Amino acid sequence: MQTIIRICAFIIFSSALHADEPYNVLLNSMVDKNFVTVERLKQDELQAFCSQPRSATVDEPRAAELREAALKGVPTPAGENYLGDWQRGEKVAINGRGLQYSDDPDQANGGNCYACHQLDPTELAYGTLGPSLSGYGARGQNPAMLEYTWTKLWNTHAYNVCSHMPRFGAAGILTTQQLQDVMAFLFDPESPVNRPQP
Amino acid sequence: MSKGFFSGLLATLVGLWSFTAISETDGVFDEYRELMGDDNPAIFVIYDGEEIWFTPAGPKSVSLAQCDLGLGPGVVEGAYAQLPRYFSDAQRVQDIEARLEYCMTHLQGRSPDKVRANAYSQRGELGTELEALVAWIADQSSGLTIAPAQAHAKERSAYTLGESLFYYRAGPHDFSCATCHEQTGRRIRLQALPNLTTHQGAAAAYSTWPAYRVSQGIVRTMGWRMRDCMRQQRMPELIMGSEASVALQTYLSVNGAGGSMAAPGLKR
Repeated sequence: MQTIIRICAFIIFSSALHADEPYNVLLNSMVDKNFVTVERLKQDELQAFCSQPRSATVDEPRAAELREAALKGVPTPAGENYLGDWQRGEKVAINGRGLQYSDDPDQANGGNCYACHQLDPTELAYGTLGPSLSGYGARGQNPAMLEYTWTKLWNTHAYNVCSHMPRFGAAGILTTQQLQDVMAFLFDPESPVNRPQP
Repeated sequence: MSKGFFSGLLATLVGLWSFTAISETDGVFDEYRELMGDDNPAIFVIYDGEEIWFTPAGPKSVSLAQCDLGLGPGVVEGAYAQLPRYFSDAQRVQDIEARLEYCMTHLQGRSPDKVRANAYSQRGELGTELEALVAWIADQSSGLTIAPAQAHAKERSAYTLGESLFYYRAGPHDFSCATCHEQTGRRIRLQALPNLTTHQGAAAAYSTWPAYRVSQGIVRTMGWRMRDCMRQQRMPELIMGSEASVALQTYLSVNGAGGSMAAPGLKR
C-alpha cells in the first residue's frame, strides 16, 4: 500500500515538475533585450491551458470557466460608445509594430490585423490565419453586433477559448480609443472594409 | 557596389510583388528563385566558411580541422544532416551552432561569451564567422537525407521538449510557434507559412536553412531563424545554442527526417 502511495506521489511530483520544464528551459535559454524581459515567459492560467495542439482533447469544464472569466473582464466603453474614427482605425489595422524588442516603445502599438485577416478588399497583402473580414459591417450595425465585436477584440477567449487571436484589450496591446477606432474601421459604411465590391 | 546590386534586387522584388496578384503560395519569389537557377550568392559565404574552418584562430592558434561534428574529428561531409545530436564530451544535445561554440572554446580556447555575442550579423554587418562556417558545413550535406539521431535518451527528450516549446503560449500577444505554424496552406500577410507539425512542412523549412536572405544580403542560420521567430512572438532574446534553441531545432529536424537537405537556401 505504502509503495503504491509512494509511486503515486512520485508520478504526481514528476508530472508537476514536467509542467514547469518548458518555462525553466526558456528562462535559461533567453535574456532580456531592450524593454522586453524574461518576465514575459511566465504563463497566466489561460496561456497555460491553451499550450496544446489543436487536436488535443479539451477539458470542457475548465474551458467554460476560462470563457466565463474572460467575458466578465470585458468593460463596456463609456456611454456604450463603441465606434471611433475609421480612418485612425485603418492605420491601427495596418500597423504591425509594437511590443517586439526591435520596436520603439514610445510609438503606439499596432493591431497588425492584416497579418491574419482580409479587410479592405483592395489591400492585397493580407494573411489567411483568420477569416476574411471584408464587408464585415456591410449589413449594418445593431447593439448585439457591436457588443459581440467589441468583446471579440477585447478578449477573444470570451467566445472561443484558445483562439489564436491576441487579447487586444485585456492584454493592453491597444488602448480603448484605438479599439473604438478599429471598431469604426470594421463597421462604418464609409470604411473601405464595407465599400461595395466591384 | 554589392550594396547597390542588392538594393536593386530588392526593389525589383518589391516591384514584382506589388504588380502581381496574390497567390496562395510564394509565387513571385518562386519565379525569382527560378531566374536565379543554381546561382545563390551564398556561394561566396560558403568559400569563406571553408577557409575559416582551416585557419588557425583563438588563443591556442589552432584551426577547427579537428572539430568533431558527430561523425568523427574533422569529418564535415554529411555531418549537418545528422544534427542535432547528443555529444558525450559536452554531455548534451547540440545543434551546429552549439557544437561550433564548443569547438571554438575547447579547441581554440576562445571565450564562449564572445563567440555567442558575435554569432549573428547585426544590422548593417556583412556576415559573421559563424554564419560562414554554418553555410559551408550545411553545403557539405546538400542533397543528403535529414537524419537526426534519436537513439540516445537525451535526443528523444530534446524532441519532446521541443514539441512542448512549440506549443508554449506566452507574452503580451499569447503567441507560440504554433500560432503561425500549426496549419497548412495559410499565410501571414503575403508570406506563406509552413505547417511545421507535418513532415512535409518541416522538411521544406528545415532543409533550406541556413539561407541567403536577399532582403538582408547575408546568410542566416536556423538558430537565427528561431531567435527571430521568438522576437516576432514578443519574447525576449533567444540565446544561440541554448537548450530551447536546440530543442526546437530537434523538433523540426525529426519532423522533417527523410527529406533532402538543400541548404544554403535562397529566401526573401
